[in-house]
Amino acid sequence: MLASPTVRVTLIVTVVGILCAFLGDLAITTVNPWQDLKDLFLGVVTPDFFSIDQVGVALLRTVAFAFVGVALGSLAGFLLSLVFGSRVIRIGCAFVRAIHELFWALIFLQFFGFHPLTGVLAIAIPYAGIFAKVYSEILEENDPTPERVLPEGTGRLARFLYARIPDALPHLVTYTSYRLECGLRSSAILGFVGLPTLGFYLESSFSQGYYSEVGAILILFYVLIATLRHWARPRLIPAYLVAAPFFLGDGLPIVWGNVSRFFTQDIVPAPIRDGDGLGALGDWLTQLLLNEALPGIWNTLLLTQIALVCTGLVTLIAFPLISRHFGNRVSRGGGHVLLVIARSTPEYMLAYILLQLWGPSMLPAVVALALHNGGIIGHLIGRRSNEIQLRPDAPSGFNRYSYELIPRVYPPFLAFLFYRWEIIMRETAILGILGIHTLGFYVDSAIQEIRFDRAILLILVTALLNIAIDVTSRRVRRYLRLQTRVTCEGH
Amino acid sequence: MDAVHLRNLSAAYGGQQVLGPLSLQIQPGERIGLVGRSGAGKSTLLNLLYDQVRDRAALVPQEQGLVQALSVFHNVYMGRLNHYSAWYNLLNLLWPQRRELAVIEPLLERLGIGKKRRSPVAQLSGGQKQRTAVARALFQNAPMLLADEPVSALDGPLAHVVMGFMTEAYDTSVVALHDIDLALAYTTRIVGIQDGQIALDAPSHTLSPADILPLY
Repeated sequence: MLASPTVRVTLIVTVVGILCAFLGDLAITTVNPWQDLKDLFLGVVTPDFFSIDQVGVALLRTVAFAFVGVALGSLAGFLLSLVFGSRVIRIGCAFVRAIHELFWALIFLQFFGFHPLTGVLAIAIPYAGIFAKVYSEILEENDPTPERVLPEGTGRLARFLYARIPDALPHLVTYTSYRLECGLRSSAILGFVGLPTLGFYLESSFSQGYYSEVGAILILFYVLIATLRHWARPRLIPAYLVAAPFFLGDGLPIVWGNVSRFFTQDIVPAPIRDGDGLGALGDWLTQLLLNEALPGIWNTLLLTQIALVCTGLVTLIAFPLISRHFGNRVSRGGGHVLLVIARSTPEYMLAYILLQLWGPSMLPAVVALALHNGGIIGHLIGRRSNEIQLRPDAPSGFNRYSYELIPRVYPPFLAFLFYRWEIIMRETAILGILGIHTLGFYVDSAIQEIRFDRAILLILVTALLNIAIDVTSRRVRRYLRLQTRVTCEGH
Repeated sequence: MDAVHLRNLSAAYGGQQVLGPLSLQIQPGERIGLVGRSGAGKSTLLNLLYDQVRDRAALVPQEQGLVQALSVFHNVYMGRLNHYSAWYNLLNLLWPQRRELAVIEPLLERLGIGKKRRSPVAQLSGGQKQRTAVARALFQNAPMLLADEPVSALDGPLAHVVMGFMTEAYDTSVVALHDIDLALAYTTRIVGIQDGQIALDAPSHTLSPADILPLY
C-alpha cells in the first residue's frame, strides 16, 4: 500500500499535520467554556427576532453589497478572462485573489472610510481575480471543433459569440450563482470590520452576551442562503442588480485628501518617508521580517496544516451522512441540514464565536476551518458517491464504507482537499484579526498602530505565501494525476 | 477552382507514424471516396487536407462541430459567418433574420429536419445532429467539401437522400465512408487507405465491391 502515491501523500500530510499540532497552541483558556457554549446553544434555540430593530436593514445591506460586489467582479472577471492568455494578467489575477476580502476592506477603509465603495470593492476585486481564472478555464474546456469548422475569415466577435459562448453559458451562469452564495458570506463578514452588514450586528450582540439575538441573526443568515435558489431566480436578477446600489446605505463621505495621503505618504516605508536612507530601510525591513512576517508565516502554516488534516477527517466522517449508500431518508435529511449549516456558516463567523467561548488559541480556528471546509467537501463527495452503482450483494456498514466507497471516492476527495488548501490558508491568515498570531494578526496590529507601510508589506507577504501554496497544490495534484473536475465548486 | 496538390503528407501520434508520407492530387470536379478500415488514417488524412485548403473547403468532421446550446438554424447559419458583418451576425443571433431563414428552411426541409429548426442541437437525435452538420456545410457553399462519415448515423433511404444532396451541391469533394456501396454509388474516384498508406486509387466505375473488400 505504501507504494501508492496517494497513500504516501496522505501519510506525509497527516504526519506533518500531527507535528504541527504539537508545535501549535491548542489550549482552551476560558474559565467556563462549556457554560458559554450551552448559553449560545440555548440562544440559538430561543431566537429573538424582535429585539434587534436594525437586523432587517442589515440583511438588506448584506444582500446589496453581495450583489453589487459580485456583479462588478463578474463583469471585470469576464473581460479579464478574454485576455487571460497574457502572463501579466494571469499573475495580476493570482495576486488580487490571494488577498482576502477582509484585507481589501481593511485597506480601503483607510482611505475611503465607511463609504459603500469600501465594501463593494473589497468583494469585487478579489472576486474579479477568481472569476477571470474560472471563466477562462470554462471557456477553454469548450469543444474546439465548432470553431475549427467555421469558414475562414470569420470575425473574432462572431467566432466568440457563436462558437464559444453558447455552450459555455450554462457553466458560466452556474459558477456565477455559486459565487453569489460566497458573496453573501463575504458580505456578511465585512460587518466585522465595521461595514453595516450582518457581521456587525452579530459582533455587537455577541459582545453584549445577547445570545438570543445572535441566534436570530444566525438563523436569518441560514434561511437567506438556504432559500437563495428561490428568491434569486434568473429572471429576477436584473431587477436586483438595478435595485442593489440603492440599498448600500450612504455610509460616510469619502475624504479625497485621505486617499492621496494614503498613497503618497502612509504606505511609503517609514525610513524612506523620513529620508533616513537605504541603510535604515534595510534595518526596517529586517526587523519587520524577523519580528512579524516570519512568526506570522510560521503560525499561518502551522494552523493551515492542522486545519487541512482536520478538514480531511471531517469530510470522511461527514460524506456518508448524505450518501444514498448509508442510512435512510430521515438520516440523510438530517445529514443535509448539518452539512448546509456547516458550509453556510462563514469560517470567520464560526471562529469568532468559538474564540469568544474558548479563548484565543489555534483550537477555535482549527475547528471552524475544519467544520466549514469539511462541510463543503463532504457535500461534494457525498454527491459523487451517489453516482456510484454498487453490486446488489455489496457489503454493508463499515465494510461498505472502507472497501466499496473509500477506494472509489478517495482520488476526488484528495483533489478537492488540495484544491481547498490555498483557500484554507487564505482564511487562516485572516483569522489573525481575531487574535490568533497568524499573518492577519500582525496586519491588524500594524493598522491599529497606524503603520500602513508595515500593514501593506505584510499583506504582500500573505499574498505571496498564498500563491506559493497554490503552486504547490497544483504540483501535488499533477503528481497524483488527480482529475479536478472542480472548476465550478472547488473554490 | 484549381487542382489541389498535396505532397508528403504525414502524421505521427505519440511518436508513432500513423499516416504517410503520401501524396494526393485532387482535380476540380472529382468526388473522392476515402475507404478503409477504422483506424486506417482516413480522419487523419481529412484533417490534414482541411488544414491545407481551409480557405476553399467546408468540413463535416466526425465530431460534427456543432454548438450544442444553439438552435439548428444558428448552427447552419454558422457556415457563412464570414459573409456578414459582426453586427449582422449579432443581430441574427438574437433575432433570426428572415433573409437567412428563407434560404435555410428549404435546406432543412429537404434533409427532413425542418420541424427542428428552433430546437437546440443538444435535444436532437444522433441522425438529426448529423444532418445539421451536413446542412451547415451545404449552406457554406465553399468550392469543395470535406466530410468524415457524414451519413454513419442515418439509415438506408435517408443516407441516399443526404449523399445525393451533397453530390448535387458540391462538384468537388473528399468523403470518408465505411459503406462500400455508398462510396461506389456517389463518387468518381476511390482512394483506399491501409495502415496509413494509399493502397488503392482508381476511378469508381472500374471497381466492384470485391475490389475494395480486401482493405477491410
